[in-house]
Parts: sequence; structure tokens; C-alpha cells
Amino acid sequence: MNSSTPSSSAGGPGSAESTGPRRNSKRPKYSRFTQQELPACKPILTPKWVISTFLLVSVVFIPIGVVSLFASRDVVEIVDRYENECIPINSRNDKVGFIQSSQDKTCNRTLTVPKHMKRPIYVYYQLDNFYQNHRRYVKSRSDQQLRSPGSERDTDPCSPEDTTSDGKPIVPCGLIAWSLFNDTYDFARNNQPLGVNKRGISWKSDRDRKFGKNVFPKNFQNGTLKGGASLDPLKPLSEQEDLIVWMRTAALPTFRKLYGKIEVDLRAGDVINVTLQNRYNTYSFNGKKKLVLSTTSWLGGKNDFVGIAYLTVGGLCFFLAMATWRSHLFVMEPESRGSLKLAYESAVHVDIAQALTPLEWIQACSPSLFLKYLCINLVHRLLEHFETRDMHL
Amino acid sequence: MARGRIRARIRRSHLYTFACGRPRTSEEERPHEFEGPGFSRIVHCNQPDMHTKKPLKYCSNYISTTKYNIITFLPKAIFEQFRRVANLYFLLAAVLSLTPISPFSAVSMIAPLAFVVGLSMAKEAMEDWRRFIQDMKVNLRKANVHKTDGVFNQKPWMKLRVGDVVKVEKDKFFPADLLLLSSSYEDGICYVETMNLDGETNLKVKRALETTLSLDDEESFKDFSGIIKCEDPNPSLYTFVGNFEYERQIYPLDPSQILLRDSKLRNTAYIYGVVIFTGFDSKVMQNSTKSPSKRSRIEKQMDKIIYILFTLLVFISCISSIGFIVKTKYNLPDWWYLQVPDKEGLYDPGKPWVSGFYHLITALILYGYLIPISLYVSIEVVKVLQALFINHDIHMYDHETGTPAQARTSNLNEELGQVDTILSDKTGTLTCNQMDFLKCSIAGTPYGMRASDVELAAAKQMAMEMDNQSQNGTPRSWRKSEFTESEIELETVITSNDGDVRKPAIKGFGFEDNRLMNGNWFKEPNADVMLLFFRILSICHTAIPELNEETGIFTYEAESPDEGSFLVAAREFGFEFCRRTQSSIVVRERYPSYDEPIESKRKRMSVIIRDESGQIFLLCKGADSIIFDRLSRNGRMYEEATTKHLNDYGEAGLRTLALAYKKLDEDKYSAWNEEFVKAKTSIGGDRDAMLERVSDMMERDLILVGATAVEDKLQNGVPQCIDKLAQAGLKIWVLTGDKMETAINIGFACSLLRQGMKQICITTMNTDAIVQDPKQAVKENILNQITNATQMIKLEKDPHAAFALIIDGKTLTYTLEDDMKHQFLNLAIGCASVICCRVSPKQKALVTRLVKEGTGKITLAIGDGANDVGMIQEADIGVGISGCEGMQAVMASDFAIAQFRFLERLLVVHGHWCYKRIAQMICYFFYKNIAFGLTIFYFEAFAGFSGQSVYVDWYMLLFNVVLTSLPVISLGVFEQDVDSEVCLEFPSLYQQGPKNLFFDWYRIFGWMGNGLYTSVIVFFLNIIIFYDQAFRAGGQIADMTAVGTAMFTGIIWAVNCQIALTMSHFTWIQHFFIWGSIAFWYLFLLVYGELSYALNVNAFRILTEVLAPAPIYWTTTLLVTIACNLPYLAHISFQRSFNPLDHHVIQEIKYYKKDIEDRHMWRAEKKKARHKAKIGFTARVDAKIRHLKGRLHKKYSIANNISIPQT
Repeated sequence: MNSSTPSSSAGGPGSAESTGPRRNSKRPKYSRFTQQELPACKPILTPKWVISTFLLVSVVFIPIGVVSLFASRDVVEIVDRYENECIPINSRNDKVGFIQSSQDKTCNRTLTVPKHMKRPIYVYYQLDNFYQNHRRYVKSRSDQQLRSPGSERDTDPCSPEDTTSDGKPIVPCGLIAWSLFNDTYDFARNNQPLGVNKRGISWKSDRDRKFGKNVFPKNFQNGTLKGGASLDPLKPLSEQEDLIVWMRTAALPTFRKLYGKIEVDLRAGDVINVTLQNRYNTYSFNGKKKLVLSTTSWLGGKNDFVGIAYLTVGGLCFFLAMATWRSHLFVMEPESRGSLKLAYESAVHVDIAQALTPLEWIQACSPSLFLKYLCINLVHRLLEHFETRDMHL
Repeated sequence: MARGRIRARIRRSHLYTFACGRPRTSEEERPHEFEGPGFSRIVHCNQPDMHTKKPLKYCSNYISTTKYNIITFLPKAIFEQFRRVANLYFLLAAVLSLTPISPFSAVSMIAPLAFVVGLSMAKEAMEDWRRFIQDMKVNLRKANVHKTDGVFNQKPWMKLRVGDVVKVEKDKFFPADLLLLSSSYEDGICYVETMNLDGETNLKVKRALETTLSLDDEESFKDFSGIIKCEDPNPSLYTFVGNFEYERQIYPLDPSQILLRDSKLRNTAYIYGVVIFTGFDSKVMQNSTKSPSKRSRIEKQMDKIIYILFTLLVFISCISSIGFIVKTKYNLPDWWYLQVPDKEGLYDPGKPWVSGFYHLITALILYGYLIPISLYVSIEVVKVLQALFINHDIHMYDHETGTPAQARTSNLNEELGQVDTILSDKTGTLTCNQMDFLKCSIAGTPYGMRASDVELAAAKQMAMEMDNQSQNGTPRSWRKSEFTESEIELETVITSNDGDVRKPAIKGFGFEDNRLMNGNWFKEPNADVMLLFFRILSICHTAIPELNEETGIFTYEAESPDEGSFLVAAREFGFEFCRRTQSSIVVRERYPSYDEPIESKRKRMSVIIRDESGQIFLLCKGADSIIFDRLSRNGRMYEEATTKHLNDYGEAGLRTLALAYKKLDEDKYSAWNEEFVKAKTSIGGDRDAMLERVSDMMERDLILVGATAVEDKLQNGVPQCIDKLAQAGLKIWVLTGDKMETAINIGFACSLLRQGMKQICITTMNTDAIVQDPKQAVKENILNQITNATQMIKLEKDPHAAFALIIDGKTLTYTLEDDMKHQFLNLAIGCASVICCRVSPKQKALVTRLVKEGTGKITLAIGDGANDVGMIQEADIGVGISGCEGMQAVMASDFAIAQFRFLERLLVVHGHWCYKRIAQMICYFFYKNIAFGLTIFYFEAFAGFSGQSVYVDWYMLLFNVVLTSLPVISLGVFEQDVDSEVCLEFPSLYQQGPKNLFFDWYRIFGWMGNGLYTSVIVFFLNIIIFYDQAFRAGGQIADMTAVGTAMFTGIIWAVNCQIALTMSHFTWIQHFFIWGSIAFWYLFLLVYGELSYALNVNAFRILTEVLAPAPIYWTTTLLVTIACNLPYLAHISFQRSFNPLDHHVIQEIKYYKKDIEDRHMWRAEKKKARHKAKIGFTARVDAKIRHLKGRLHKKYSIANNISIPQT
């Protein structure tokens, strides 16, 4: 009838749908993405799922824990702390003075093998209170220099162990290399020397890529201050495995480093004589020194903690599964679990509190409500008590 | 009160519409005398070249709303970015990373910052580009500009200069502020639509100066010149002062000659004009204020958390510095392998405090991972995507107007989920602002068959209540006996109106009665009265006709939609109003047909006409109360019947007006006219009062003709939407400019009011002159009313009792004063619904501010017109109704929707989702950064507080930017606790937002605690496991890089599994991002391990050679992951089992498919899920049920009482 008002004569929304595309270029295009209707999985932690998850975790964790614990128990470890004993008794008042003097620092130690040790047996030295992870220390190295002979002069980060006093670059430069550990150990069983294999104690990639095959130590330990060990200037860095191991800075102030491998089995009761040169100065900072002989398992060294942690978590999960299951016996259906409370903020009244059993309270309420219940109950009991006493009187 | 409204309208029309009809007073005949500041603009007409040099060089017509341009973009945008504290901190850190103080390499500090800032800036640039494109669209519009010698040329708008003569054609926008020279009409008038300026849809008349009327063709501009001296650019739309110097004469200019930029030429073929103000000087641009930038509450709270984290950062930095100082002073000299002091003095035992200070800076940078660098940018990305979802929601697309919803700002998305109070405009928002002429009463006889929406809604509702009754298990037989009658009645109402096909075929005309249609009225007994009735309808108005060329039918541009509907009705009855000139109105009457020249003397709600027979009539329409006051003694013939009809109409929610007339004789008229002219031409401030008095004299002794009833149509789905919103626990206030009766009607229509609700009306008493201090007396009276009402609410025992507060604008002016507003607010909060009527735009804003600040809750204002702008800007969230009326409200709003009913989806679905998403996302952000940042701190204790990090710099760089950012974004974009249908079915789920269940301090600290726990677990488990023992069968010992990498793996797993636990909605996208992040970490290790760069940090082949072959690495990862997430898992599963939140229960019901299997339970839950609303359909039904139950109970008790004595 009246074409000037097409919009109102279009009829209901149903018919507008059909006329839509004609003029509605602004109409949002339908896609499941823009309508937020992408297919989705909506996992819900129903009691069933909770219990199965906890159980699954405990089922996985407890065996791993047991296996790790066994592996760790298999490892035989001999630890010998020697920094005190290896100072002659008359020098023990001035240990630093002794260690810095040029006296003979040979020291003999005797170790007894408690259990059969299968080869390879790894020899470690362990330092304590030595901050290899100090920022100043960590930065004090030049990887370019270690890698290629051409970068000899890349000694920027190495200060103050970058050059000798006459300006020649030190290779390897920096505090790390300079403070290389220099105690040595020689082993003998029944007066038969035990060979210590010092090859293959470092990472292969370090030997291959990081420490150059044609980089040789230069001017090392020629400075005014003597640090730790010296290096054989004829051996390329890639073969200086002690240095390579040392250059991998430890994460913590207590650390072990691999010294070598003994490639024979040691029987229980074997007595091993160690002849060691106690040269390294840990006495300035009261650091301990230990010699460690240890076998390994698939897990590495003796490490009970992994097993214990696994068992703890596994056990905890088992406990949680049980706890959930128990309460689950009482509360299965969602609607029996209090259903929607939205607008209904339930006020706690004494009479309601009295009507429920504790268990129901735990199930129905939050812990805070439960506490409230306890208080109310306590007061109630007290009152009852007084009442009965009054009656007796 | 109603009288006041009419006056207000008169004054308004007098200002805009009839400025031309008013003879110029002598005051204005003189040219304005002004000079000096504020009035310095000189325009040389038709000589734009004069304006190329200073001082006459004015700004060009190029407009730009962009924030930046190519040159300023970088500095400005960068400045904006670094105004954020967190970013500034990272900038400082990045600068410091170039010094040796820094614990990290420079690139690892700069790269993430550059990435984050770059991304934010890219977003800014994109938005600005969009604005630029929009501007250019406007700037490149073509205008017809006079070149030389009377030749007009097309020119883009931006090339327009001051002084140009332009020709604007019909339905085109004015390119700048113009002085109207001439138009296609002889008398130089033109019609202008100013919708873009003030939102008013009616047409306004502009009129050229007499002297320039001759300039009406292109030739005549050949040597036209003149000088305009006028005011400087200012934002006032309704004023203009200037002089026009033309042919050595000076003429004064006033606003009626000024055509404003962005308004539209209507009903006029063309006009010529001279450009006065261009570009930013134009009034509309001067008016464009930046809407206040709003920030959501969650973001403000987030800032607080960031400050907390900063405090934590400073705190642990201080601890670490103190540790460092102690170590440096007492231990470092003994650590010979460090060779301290160094050259830079960073480790100088001699000056431990200096070194300590350096270290403090180092520590502040080192622990910077506590501050989530990517938080802001992630939130921005998420919000943009959320806004995209809102814009693309097909359920919020209006088919009729073709407008989708639009999130105009994206930083308020989550605020949508926390709204507490909705303040709504009525006209255009709840109602369509489309009036349908529905019924009328002529000479005491009612006409019109159709039922109004309100009647229909009421009928439907009653039927629904019946339906509900049967479901509620009341004995059917009892119900039957009680209600058979009404039921039958209802059914007839419903069936007769079934199908909802009652859309009127003609816009504005819903009348249906054969007695009047098609000229049948001629046969009715009171045909002469009817003729008068229709004439009043067709003559007594201020509208402008517009001929639709195709159909030959007139449509009308009226100031108010009421008038439009009257004219349409008159047209349909056969009185076609077809032309209006300065002093006459032409109406074509179809049955019988003749043209009728009418001399109009005074155009307002009363019109004096001289009809074809020379008789003079005064025709008048107005509010019933006023008209009835002014009836003559013999004019009250139909008063009784009409009053009854008026009441009926009022109840049915219709707007009513009474029509009356009066015959005048020639002498009386001319006597009066003289006086009227005198009044009109008088000078001074009392002119209005004089006019008023003279008119008042005339509008007396009227004779009643009848009354009209117009339906203010409710928008589609409004009652249902209000019902849902009420169920969601939202409070709804209606602020309207309408009179109280209308507002109450609409309140009933949309269930904001219902029977049985106690209405508290607070009004201003009429003060008599007797009282000394009238204002004080009024205030005391109002205060009294408020206290009484508050007392009443307090004393109310019935929990179901609901109160409605109705207050009018005049009273509001008092109650909004400082000393009373809190009492008022308290009362209002106690009421279920609040309706404020007759409020001014400013009051709307004030009320909004009162609610916002008084309650401290989040308010949402929704409106459609220019009068709602204040309210929209004031509220926490402003929603504009886009589509029909002007763009002002939409421009000021934060969200624009096409219809009120979309508000439900916007809040209940999008708001709910966005709130939860953002809240969870921010919590998780803090969690992951605390979890990561603290491990760095713990390590310090083992590294002599030296500032060494256990991680490789690259890991840390990737942590925030790549490895953990995408899952959290997917959480923020895609998470849904329940899907949209369920949100709508359980509207009270929405309450989780206003109650802030997901972002309260309890939860935030819970998450922070979780982060702390994770950091402890990750760090210490790894440290203990990799402590001193060999970690491989080959006897190797883990070095720092290996420990760091293992630890970092643990963190990546832990935080990514944590987010998987947090989510409840996994599409492939989430899976991809979460598991992809973890996979990416290993991939990165693989690739990084092969790079030569890794040689420098012992990370070469870290995965392939060192870690992967070690079983302990993998077992540690598994252990750490599970141990970190165990408490959270336990927490959520126990919470779900013992203290489930509402969405948990709903999720479970859905999961068990209870909604399908157990309909009964589903319904019960749904019912419980309703918020205890006191308004809305549902509340009405509930109230009814309670009422019936009460009666039933009484019945039973009576029956029992009777039966007891018998036994």
C-alpha cells in the first residue's frame, strides 16, 4: 500500500531473513569461529575423572619411585674428605700459608671399598663453598679464543686474566681457566697401581666444537698471580679434558667434577691407597675438598631423592583419590551437592546447624562454614553440660 | 506539568523552526557592532584567493580525526606506550642492559620490549589508519564550487576555502559552515536536517537575507562580492553573530542564515552559500569533544597488582642487594679466584655500598620477570578479538535496519560482565519512537478496534500465568472453578490476536475501524464535529510535507513522531496536508474535495485559521488536563465520555491528547491580533512572557471535539529482555523526558511495574506564595516524602513486597543536591524499579553519576538520542542504540547495538564470557610470572647474590614473548565456562561478574600463592636432584646450563599444564597453542643447540647430547609438572565436589545430559537459577502465584475452621 515504508512492511523477523542478503551487506558472515561455536571438548572434573586422574598418577609414580630408589641403592659411593687431614699437623694453624708455600704437598689416603663396585668407577673431586656460579666468574672467559687460534686476542671479558703484564694474550684467558683445579690423585690397590682413565670425561661436543684442536695454551699461568693448574702448552685445548670439565661452570657452590674413570671392578673389602697432591687452595674461603669414587646406575649417581619424591607424590595422589572416592560415595549427583545457590546466600542459623551431621556439613559447606558449625556445636555442648549439672545440683 | 512541556516545546520551535516566521525586531535590524577579540573573522565572499595569506588565512577544509600523522606517529605513539609504568620500567632496563651492570645481554632485554611495544604500536597505527580512511572518505566528497565567471566546478571537500561560493543540492551534506545566499525557493528558505549535529530528526527552516535572493543562478555569481565580518570559530550550534557587507550596505546575520557542516539539505532542490568556517573551525568540529576514555575496573585493579609486584620486586632486590653487600664485604676478599676488586668497581669489598648500589640496579633488572612485560599487549590483543566476536555476533544483528552490534571501544569488554545498574532512556530505546495512531474518541464516541501492545502483553501474561498455574500442581478442579470465566475471556483475547500479524500496513497508522475509514465518517451522526476533528489533526502542527515522487503520497517531517502519526492518520482519513508556506497551509480534502487556503496567524499548538467560507477558527490540541481547564461552559458536551475514554487509553499504555476548537468573530480576532502583533514586535526579555499572556487570553472557552490515542510502540522483545536482565540480577532505572503518566504506562508495558507493587511517587508540592522561603519548604517536603518512603520500605515485613519509585525532573533538581542525594539514593536502592520522568539530559547524567559514585557499582547507560549523550559518557559503560535516530549517542557510546533486546546477549553472554576470560587471564599472567621470576631470585641465594641467572638469556627472552603468551591469549579469547544458550537460560550466572567472584583479592592472592608454590617446587626439586651427583649413567655432572635448562623445562610444562587445567573449553586452537608451546620449547632447544651462538653459553647440543639421553631429565620434568599442578588440581576437584560454583553445577548437568534425561530436574534448576527479581514478567507471575496461594491457604483454613466444630 505504501512503498515509502518498506522496513515496517517487511513483516516479522522470519521474512526479513529472506530479504536480508539483498540489502544487508553489513550482515556478519556466519562462521563457527566468529560465532564462537567451534567444536570443543569440555572436560569436566567429575568425581570419576578426579579419582581416575589421581589413581593414574599414583599408579605411574609409585613404580617409578620404587625403581629409582632401587637404582639409587645399587650405586656404591666412597667419599673421602681430605682437606684437613692432608695438611701436616704442624701447619694446621696456617693452612693458607702451607698451601701457598712450595713444600711437598703429597698426602696418602686409604679407602676401603664397602661393597662390590662394578666398573667403570668414576672418580670425582668435590669442592665446597666455591662459587663457580658467581657472575664475575661465569663471565670471565672467551669462547671465541677457546675455539679458534685466530681469536687469540678476543680477551675482552677475561679481565683481569686477559693479558700478561707485557700485553701478550693469555690462552685460555679468564678467571675460570686461571683457577683450574690442580690436586691430583694416584690410586693403588694392594700396591698395584690402579689406572685412571682421564679420556672421555668431558662432553664430546665440547672437545669437537668448543675447544679448538689447534689452539694451544699460551702464556698460561705466567702472570703475576698463580692461580690453579698449569697446562701442557704442547697439547691442544681439545685434549685438555680437565680444563674442559672445569670450564663447564657448576650451578651451585658445592659441586663435583669428573676427574677420571677406574676401569676395573673393585671388590668389597679392597683397600685403596690414594696418593694425592693437595695443591688447590680452598683454605682461604674454608672450602671442603672431597675425593669421591662412585659407580652409576641408569639414573646417574646415588640419588635417593628422585625415588622418595616420586613415592611421596604418588602416595599423595593415592590418598587424594581415596579421599575423593570416600566423599564421592556420599555425593554422587550434582543436584544433591547443593545445586545452584546463585542468589540464595544461605544464612547460617543455629537451628540449621543442629539439624545436620558433621559429615553433611563438610559436604554441603565450605570449610569456613564447617568451622562455624564446630563453634556453634561447642557452645551448644557447653550449654547442655551446664544444664545437666544444674539439674544434678 | 504537562503545560510546562508544551511551553518548552513552543520555546524550542520558536528557536529553530520558526525563526523565519518571526518578524525581525528592530533590535536586530541594526548591524551588530562589534570588534575586538572574539569577533575578528573577515570573509571575502567569492574571493577565496584573499584567504591564502596571513592574517586572513584560515584553516583548510581538510579534517582529520587521526591521532597521529606520518611524522608524529613514532614519537607520539612511543610516548604513549611508555606512559605505562611497566613499559617505562622495561625501557629503563633495556637502556641499562647496555652497561656492564646488566645481568643479561642487551638483546634479551630489548627484543621482547621492542616486540611488545611494536605490537601495541601496530595496533594503534591500524586503528589510526582506519580513522584516516574514514576522514579521507569525507574529505574527498565532491562539492560544487564556483570557479570564475559563473562556472561551477566539482572540487573535493578538502580543497574548499573560506570565501568559496558553493552550490549544494538536495539530500547532500553541507561541506562547511555556509552563509545561505539563496535557494531554489523564491523566498530563499531551505529545509535542513541536523541529525548529525543534535540528533533531532525534524527539519529546520533556514532563510536567506532578502538582499541576496537575486543570486539564484550560476551566472549571477560572476561578479558577486561581499564581506562578512563575524565571530571567531566557537562550538555553540545555536548562535551566530555577524555582519554582511554587500553593495555598500551592512546587514546583520543571525543563526537562521547559517548552514552547518554535516547537516543535510532536505526538501529543497539546491542552495547557494558562501563558506565561512572550514574544517576545524566549523561548529560541528568545534563541538566534537573527545569522549572521556574509560578504563575498566579490572584494569584498575590490575594496575594495583602490578604495583604490588613492583613492591615485591623492589623488596627482593633489596634483600638480594643486602646479601650481596654482606658477601662482598666479608667473603669476597677470601675468594681468591674472583680477583676483586675489579676495574669497574662492581665488586669492590672496599666500597661495598657502592657495589651494592650497582647491584641493586642489576637486581631490579634481573627480577624484572616478575612483571609480565607482555601483559598489556596480550590484553589488548585479546580485547580486540573479543570485540571482533561482539561485532560479528549474528544474534545481535538487526535484520530490519541492517546494523550489526559494534564494540566501539574494546577496553570495556570485561566491564560488560560486571554491570549492576542499567540506566535506560525510554523513547527510542525501550520504545521505537514510532507512534501509531490507534484510537480516537470523537464527540464522545470511541473509535478504533486494535488492541495496544500493552493490552496484548497483559493478556498474554495472564494466559501464561494460567499455564504456570497448571504446572505448579495446584488442583486443577479448584483452579477451574475459580477461573473459568476469566480464562475464557483471556483465550478469546489471545486467539483473536494470534499470529502476531498485526503490523500496521502504514507506518504510524494502526487504526482499524470501518466507521471512519474510506470516507464513511461522512455518514456518521456527528459529521460536522468529525470534520473539525480531522481538520485539527491536519492543520494544527508544525510539520513539513514531503512528496514521494514515485507513489505520489506525502510523507511528513514532524518535530515529534506524535504529529507525524496525526498527519498520516489525517491523510488516511482523507485530509491530505500537502503544502506549507510562510503563512498558509494547504490541505487537500478528499471527501468532498476542495483546496483550503488557511491563514495562519500563530503557529503553535493552537492555530487560527480562516476557512473557505471566511470563518475564523482557533484550533487547539494539547494535554487533556490543560484543554479541560480551558473549555467553555457549553463546550463540555462530551467531557464525561471523553474523560472515560482517555482513562481507558491511558491504561492501555497509549499517549493521549485532547482536541478542541473555538469560533472567532472578525472583530474579536482583529482586536486580539493587534495586541498579538504588538507583543511580537516588542523588544526585550519580557517578550516571551507577553506573547504567552496574549496567547493565554485567546486559548479560552474552547469547545471539546475529542481525543486521540497514539501508541508509543515498544521495541521488539523489550519486555522479555527486561525480564531476563532482571533475572540476571540487574537493576533497571528508566530515565525519560516523558510525562509521568506515559512513563508509568510504559513501565507497566515492559513489566518494570506491576499490580501489587507499591508505587512511591515523589513530586514537588505546589508552593504558595504564603511560604517565606519556597525553596526551603519544597525541599523539606521532599525530604519528608523520602524519609517516609524509606521508613515504609524498612518496616515492610513481606519479603516479596516490591516497591517502585517514580520521581519527576523538578523534584530531581532538589534531590540531586548534595544534602539530599544520599537519602534519595538509599531510597532508590531499596526499590525494585526506579522511573525518573521529565528529566533533562543533564539530570540524566547527574543521576548516572549519583548511582555510579553513590553505590560504587558499575553502571550502564543506554540511549539513542543526543539527549542521552551526557548519560552515556558519564556511565561506566555507555551503550548507544544505532540505527534509527542520529549518530550522537552512538558516537559517544562504547558499544552500539541496534535494538534494546540485544542488550541481553551483550551482557549475559558476551559480558559474562569476557569478564571471566580477562579475569582468568590476568590471574594466570601473574601466576606464571611469579612462578618464573622467583626461581631467578632463589638462585641468587646460591650464587652469592652476584646477579647471575641460571637460565640462558634466550630462554628468558622467549618465556614471555613466545613460550607462554599464546595459550593465555587463547584462554582470553576462546574460554567459555558454559555455552551461550546456557548463559541465556541461566541468567543469574551473570551475578558472578558483579560479585566479582573471579577477580577478588582472595583469588588474586590465591593465584600468586600458587605461583610462589610452583616456583619453590620447580627450583628446589631441580636443585636437589641435580645437586652434586652424576645425572647420567656416563658419570657426568650437570653444569649450570643443564640445570637451568631442566628447570626451565619444568616451568614450561608446569605453567602450560596449569593453563590447561584452568580452561574448561578446548577447541583445537587451545590444544594447538598449549601443546604447541611445549613442543616449541623442545624444538627451540633442538635448533638453538645447533647454533654456533650456543657455544658461548654451554648450551651447544644441550638437548640432543646432554639432557635427552638422561632419564633423570625426563623423570624430573614429569615430577615437577605433576607436583606443581597437584594442589590446584586438588583444589578445583574438591571445590567442585563440595562447594561447587554455579557454573560447575550447570556444566555437570550438561555433562551428564541431565537436561535431556531429566526434564523435571532441569526445570527446577532453571527456576532456582533465576535471580530473585522483583521486576519483569517472571516476577509478575510469581507475585500472582503467591497471591493465589495465599487465597487458597485462607480458603483451606476457613474450611478447617468450619470442619473442626463439626467433628
